[in-house]
Amino acid sequence: MITRLFSFRGGVKPDAHKSESAHAPIAMAPMPERLIVPLRQSTRATARCIVQVGDLVLKGQRIGEPEGTLGTAVHAPTSGKVIEFGLHPLAHPSDLNTRCVVIEPDGADRWIERQVFDYHTASREQALAQLRDCGIVGLGGATFPSHVKLGRGTGIETLILNGAECEPWITCDDRLMRERARDILAGASILRDLIGARRLVIGIEDNKPEAIAAMQAAASNIDGETSVVAVPSLYPAGGEKQLIRVLTGIEIPYGKLGAEFGVQCFNVGTAHAVYRALAHGEPLLSRIVTLTGNVARAGNYEVLIGTPISHLLTLCGPKPDTDRTLMGGPMMGFALPRLDVPVVKGTNCIISASPALFPPPLPEQPCIRCGECARACPAELQPFELYWFSRAHNFGKAQEYNLFDCIECGCCSYVCPSHIPLVDYYRFAKSEIWAREREKSAADQARDRFEFRNFRQEREKEEKAAKLAAKAAETRAKLGDTPAPSTAAKADEDPKKALIAAALARAKAQKEAVQPRNTDQLSADTEAEIAEIDARRIKASLEDPAASGNPPSPDRSPESTP
Amino acid sequence: MLTALLIMTGIALVLGAALGYAAIRFRVEGDPLVEKIDAILPQTQCGQCSYPGCKPYAEAIAKGEADINQCPPGGEEGIRKLADLLGREFKPLSEEHGVEKPKSVALIDEQTCIGCTLCIQACPVDAIVGAAKQMHTVVEPLCTGCELCLAPCPVDCITMVEVPETVQTWKWKYPVFELRKSA
Amino acid sequence: MIHSPYIRKPASVQRVMFNVLLALVPGIAAYVWQIGAGILVNIAIATLTAVAAEVIMLSLRKRPVMLAATDLSAVVTAWLVALAFPPIVPWWLTVLAVLVAIVAVKHLYGGLGQNPFNPAMAAYCTMIVAYPALMSQWPAAGTVDFATQLHLILGGARELDAVTGATALDALRTGLRANGSVATLLQSNTYGAVGGRGWEWIAAGYLLGGLFLLASRTITWHLPTGFLVGLGVTSGIFWLIHPEQFASPLFHLASGGAMLAAFFIVTDPVSGATTPRGKLIFAAGVGLIAYLIRAFGAYPEGIAFGVLLMNICVPLIDMKTQPAVFGHRGGRQP
Ligand code: SF4
Ligand code: SF4
Ligand code: SF4
Ligand code: SF4
Repeated sequence: MITRLFSFRGGVKPDAHKSESAHAPIAMAPMPERLIVPLRQSTRATARCIVQVGDLVLKGQRIGEPEGTLGTAVHAPTSGKVIEFGLHPLAHPSDLNTRCVVIEPDGADRWIERQVFDYHTASREQALAQLRDCGIVGLGGATFPSHVKLGRGTGIETLILNGAECEPWITCDDRLMRERARDILAGASILRDLIGARRLVIGIEDNKPEAIAAMQAAASNIDGETSVVAVPSLYPAGGEKQLIRVLTGIEIPYGKLGAEFGVQCFNVGTAHAVYRALAHGEPLLSRIVTLTGNVARAGNYEVLIGTPISHLLTLCGPKPDTDRTLMGGPMMGFALPRLDVPVVKGTNCIISASPALFPPPLPEQPCIRCGECARACPAELQPFELYWFSRAHNFGKAQEYNLFDCIECGCCSYVCPSHIPLVDYYRFAKSEIWAREREKSAADQARDRFEFRNFRQEREKEEKAAKLAAKAAETRAKLGDTPAPSTAAKADEDPKKALIAAALARAKAQKEAVQPRNTDQLSADTEAEIAEIDARRIKASLEDPAASGNPPSPDRSPESTP
Repeated sequence: MLTALLIMTGIALVLGAALGYAAIRFRVEGDPLVEKIDAILPQTQCGQCSYPGCKPYAEAIAKGEADINQCPPGGEEGIRKLADLLGREFKPLSEEHGVEKPKSVALIDEQTCIGCTLCIQACPVDAIVGAAKQMHTVVEPLCTGCELCLAPCPVDCITMVEVPETVQTWKWKYPVFELRKSA
Repeated sequence: MIHSPYIRKPASVQRVMFNVLLALVPGIAAYVWQIGAGILVNIAIATLTAVAAEVIMLSLRKRPVMLAATDLSAVVTAWLVALAFPPIVPWWLTVLAVLVAIVAVKHLYGGLGQNPFNPAMAAYCTMIVAYPALMSQWPAAGTVDFATQLHLILGGARELDAVTGATALDALRTGLRANGSVATLLQSNTYGAVGGRGWEWIAAGYLLGGLFLLASRTITWHLPTGFLVGLGVTSGIFWLIHPEQFASPLFHLASGGAMLAAFFIVTDPVSGATTPRGKLIFAAGVGLIAYLIRAFGAYPEGIAFGVLLMNICVPLIDMKTQPAVFGHRGGRQP
């Protein structure tokens, strides 16, 4: 069957630089001395640690339990001993720490008992749960949990496998397709069954003829309508939305999922991992990483999650003039702030950068509104307008001009004759908008809770007044009776009362010494309240010394939060 | 001449009527200005502005009784937004009301807490849970960092801790370049 | 910290501007050939003034001087001023015009990228209002030799009648006002085959340069097409209604600065519209206004006024013509 190809607007054609590493078969990276496995594999979710320092773990043993809807499990990549559980920096432009389990390999690499998962008999839910428990996430770089993506839709017409790999330098998917096409397609047919897709389309950029041939050969062995399609090499053809557009003509807007349009897209590496997880019961413990750039020996390695990047760099041998190390491709990746960070599930490529290969950007000049960026933008935005608005902190306008449709592909910065780092402005504007939204929802919540508290206090005051009135009436009715010394105070019998009183006195003295500035207006109220309570308590403890030692009666309701 | 005058008067009357109608038809209920000011205030409810909460301060600003630079948690940005909204000049935060601090939350030292419930009563947003004579805890996501619970605690077991930046809350910085370098 | 993308296309403002200058060369060559080398003197004066003004303004504004002064944008403005002005204007007029363009229109509005008006055209309008007589002396081909041109440019006594020649457009309108008819008027030696004699060759030179700009993707087709269609269609309508009273579209397209405007003036990215539809509207608007001023106004050429008027509308045009974003088109599916 001949698939009609569509095109997306924009895009750029940077030098591919695939030949440096494309010839190198996948080799197993040697075991490092320590594996630092972050419990956070993406910015979305962190797993809960279920091992302790000193535990012996087996390869594939779960060490992090998934939490939240977007959580996936984390596993020990090899057998060994947990030597630390603590904060370590994450491979992230922020250089912030995250909780990591540090494992010292014992060298035996002993597997936990693997259970083959029979997905033919299992229900869909069970299969998705298995994927979650095997820690399967999208390996294209975004690391979105696969079970969530799969769970979003059934009755999908087309399943797309993304083997485009459009970013320069990266060859990990290329090698995977050449060497493990059968497994990828087995995974693809599992995925296809899980979402009930009618046809399977595999999109590969036409600069990878060997991978196309390998995939075609493997595709002829599986059932169902399957086609391997060579798509024109044009960055970012491997962007999910762009690939879907090229292969099916469907455009998926920001905030919508492919499932709503009857199409879903998975990376070839993800399909491979799905196959390993379901057919062999193997959790996701390693991935293929391309080591390339300004190095002596570029190559592709199967690397355990948690391997420090510095360990990997000894394999490829960066040349002396290397000044930075990039994770991901040069268009969308980032420079690692440090090299002792571990490989995570989204690490597809490590590039040693030298000023010769990646020259520092030329000085920024003013935007001349030439529109080059708009012509290059695959999301068909007007990048320079977004730039003006983001630069002026005019985030409302930026959103009006569809800032969030920007996929941060970098095409606009790539072509800009004024060398403006446009994408930096979009990243800044986006994270600023997110922060504001977080602040706003926190403020809204605080306002609601404050108003509710005021309302509750009002109500309690009224109730109290009513009660008091009733009591007064009662007392008046029982005129002549001896006033009971045990009115409301009987609840407060406790030996600690004296302690409180002492503490209070101390606190009071302190407060008199330094009056906190922030309670200027409220202090009168608060203090009156405190004084009232104190008085009541002191009175109670003095009046009722005999009762001390009694357990606190449960009827005294504290004003705890609802 | 007379016709022109008549026509002008007629137009004026028609327009006036239309405007008057619009004013009645589209009148906004309530006091939108107070709402708008309140929306800018950070809702920390700390009282540093010398009003018992953000809403009363918003009302005071709307009435012209309070200045716009009295809210330390809102900081410079908050003042700027208020100045924009009200068409006033920006002015720096008034020092007598406090200083802008990084967002913090209260932390109760659970060993020392005696369970007196005083902080519960002080908390404007009910962010503290606990029962009498039992250890109390601050529900971190609810805490606004108003510090009102610090003073009432008889054993001084509450401290403010700065909220650390995480990968999730980390923000990309505004791009900066040395323009001069190239000169 | 530098962030992605870490690779950049070898593009620069300088390169864009250089392409524009390169594309002007055929037109200038035709100019020298048909009218005389005086234009080169004008271009030189304008360029020197522009670069000096740029450097002074940049240092006054405390901006990096070297980078911005070598981006060639001031040189482009200077060349356009020189080419849009009559070839025999005195040197001080050129200097004044370039100063208006660079200092007032460009830098006082914030420098490159910030000016809402086309600097060259704003200068043209200022000068034609201030010195209408000097700005209306267009010699026909072969009437003024280089020595005389130099003499006039350097401020020699102006024997106006001896050298003055109205443009083809101007002569035509004056003739028509005097109840001549297009057919008979076009017989006179002011006119060549399609436009003003000699000037039509220069227009052809500009066209050639414009095609180069299109081919090198320095400009998109929208602006020239919009302008030429706007001017052509408007003049065509009037011509069809009354061929005796109005000149043909071909005459209009080949006369005055139409070709220069189509490829070099309305294509100024900074002050023009940026969306594809917006560009068409903007350029067509310039063409329409230019025609109306040519046919009914008091000035010999209306393109400059058209450009300025449309510059004012640019924010509105851009806002109203924002193209649909990927995925938001609704219905663009197979
Ligand atoms: S490519 Fe650069 S200079 Fe051109 S419009 Fe876009 S941001 Fe401005
Ligand atoms: S980074 Fe965003 S604005 Fe720039 S080209 Fe890519 S999608 Fe368009
Ligand atoms: S100072 Fe405190 S109470 Fe006053 S407005 Fe600001 S946050 Fe609200
Ligand atoms: S816990 Fe303390 S600091 Fe936090 S909101 Fe409540 S009173 Fe304020």
